[in-house]
Amino acid sequence: MDIPGFLPRQQFGELLQVLERSGYRCVGPVLRDGAIAYTEIASVNELPAGVMMQTRPGSVRATVTQLPRYFSWANGPQALKPLLFSPRETLWQVSRGDQGQLAFSESIDTPSPTAVIGVRSCDLAALRLQDQHFLQGEYSDPWYAARRNSLLLVAVNCTHPDETCFCASTGDGPDAETGFDLLLDELDSGFVVRPGSEVGNRLCADLPLQPVRADQLLKVDHARQAARDAQTRTLPAGDLCDALTERHAHPRWAEVAERCLSCGSCTQVCPTCFCNSEHDEARLDGASSEHVRQWDSCFTEGHSYIHGLVVRKEVRHRYRQWLTHKLGTWHRQYGRSGCVGCGRCIAWCPVGIDICEEVSAVLGDSDVY
Amino acid sequence: MSTERDLPLEAEVVGRVEESSTIFTLSLRLVDTEQHEAYRFEAGQFNMLYLYGVGEIPVSIADDPEQPGYLQHTIRVVGRVTGGLAALREGDRIGLRGPFGRGWPMATLPGSNILVVTGGLGCAPVLPVIKQLINHRERYNRVAILQGVKHSDDMIWRERYARWAALADTQVLLAADVADANWTGLRGQVTALFERLELETANTVALICGPEPMMLASVENLLARGYRADHIWLSMERNMQCAVGHCGHCQYGEAFICKNGPVFAYPEIRQQLGVRGI
Repeated sequence: MDIPGFLPRQQFGELLQVLERSGYRCVGPVLRDGAIAYTEIASVNELPAGVMMQTRPGSVRATVTQLPRYFSWANGPQALKPLLFSPRETLWQVSRGDQGQLAFSESIDTPSPTAVIGVRSCDLAALRLQDQHFLQGEYSDPWYAARRNSLLLVAVNCTHPDETCFCASTGDGPDAETGFDLLLDELDSGFVVRPGSEVGNRLCADLPLQPVRADQLLKVDHARQAARDAQTRTLPAGDLCDALTERHAHPRWAEVAERCLSCGSCTQVCPTCFCNSEHDEARLDGASSEHVRQWDSCFTEGHSYIHGLVVRKEVRHRYRQWLTHKLGTWHRQYGRSGCVGCGRCIAWCPVGIDICEEVSAVLGDSDVY
Repeated sequence: MSTERDLPLEAEVVGRVEESSTIFTLSLRLVDTEQHEAYRFEAGQFNMLYLYGVGEIPVSIADDPEQPGYLQHTIRVVGRVTGGLAALREGDRIGLRGPFGRGWPMATLPGSNILVVTGGLGCAPVLPVIKQLINHRERYNRVAILQGVKHSDDMIWRERYARWAALADTQVLLAADVADANWTGLRGQVTALFERLELETANTVALICGPEPMMLASVENLLARGYRADHIWLSMERNMQCAVGHCGHCQYGEAFICKNGPVFAYPEIRQQLGVRGI
């Protein structure tokens, strides 16, 4: 394991063919509506060749260049999360008989094996957190588990971090170290390919890999170092649970609430946010109903509704809940922070609120409020 | 594979009691006899009750865990699901998932005085405790049961309270903020009843359930009276949709109330109890 090979760019299509022959449908990044989106692909020609992104707080712009590379961008609004924790799905159905009897039946997909190409290190870190939440606690979520078990991951090391990225600071990138089946490092001439699992080993055996040259490995090392060095944002390290909890009355929460629209975009693009709500959709004929789960956000009023009252009526309470959970109480729940440094919440916030800046402002004062 | 945690079981309404104009109790039987016989719960746990085509809500099990007959759920009408549940009659079917959560610390109670402090419908989640205290009266020292309501019309279970008051070494004290002319209890808040307690502070465990301001006031009052912080237990409530710690709504600080609670020792939630918006 872990003996790299080189896949020339002209033969990159072989990767998809090998995956398809092995029974996988392939999901990969494409340029759609000016952003990177992960969708089912049939050919490497659909990959975002030459696409580069300029990402700033509250702004994402794509440029298409003549450069040959497919992965010269950091990430898009979504990657793995919607493939596993479905944005909307039916959990169970219930039918009602003539006498009012109820018959419940589960609704769990048997998903076809899916290979995701172009997974980033930050997304692998987020996947580990989602696995912890949905699979490794006292209760395992059967809907998530079904999709998780059918997943194959082809990671690509990130060479073009966005201005909003800070995975080096959280320790979640830019290099992928574990959790993938195959790992690619992209060079102009092709890809250095490393297996990360038994399945990855078998795929490598089927690929037309060439021996890797020392100068290619050197270029990979340089690119990895450059990707680390390019990151300018940092998140305060360590378990911030007590520090944030103690500052529940800090004036910064009210200040950020003046800017925050409480739209929930940050929670929708966050690869670790797991909140979801359940509701019923009854058929008009009255004979059956579906119990549906969909993504929710702690920025909605309904999130904290309880018998006639809303616990977090004010935006400052919702922002405080999100940040204190993500960077504080998450440590006590899952042994680390819930932030993997992908920067999506900064990029996709319509008003460009920066999580690094906000947490620093709350922690910065020596006085505890 | 899904389990009974994921997929509701069919339950039949076998009894309905109108407790007050807004509170009712449903007695439920799992339609599958084997499932019903196998069903066990602990004092302080809750079920998710599903109203066909409308949705699910968490409801504490107000019953005796040692003599499970029909499962009792005492419910106040506040929204779409509870409004629909209120309209059910004997023979109607609903869904039931459960039981969920960590209940009252029953194993630690023998040998102690027990102080039960409840407000409004907070009386329901501690009913299983009171049933066990009565079943095994010899295991416990003195027992005091305090219940407060906003208006005396909301005081349900009056016969029960009278019955418990007649037991040896058992004190029952009732309070209503606003009361009608026939009210014989205290006019005021439940914390005002603490003055009348005939309990030794040192060896008393307090079990509290009710609206948060009432619980906070009770905790502060008991601490001032010298109660040990880790002898004070509270049953908390937040929005719950999955009941298995996945939906995220019931987070209360680091805790998921549905699985780490709903019952907590006061030191576990000291940081957030009474803080607005948590």
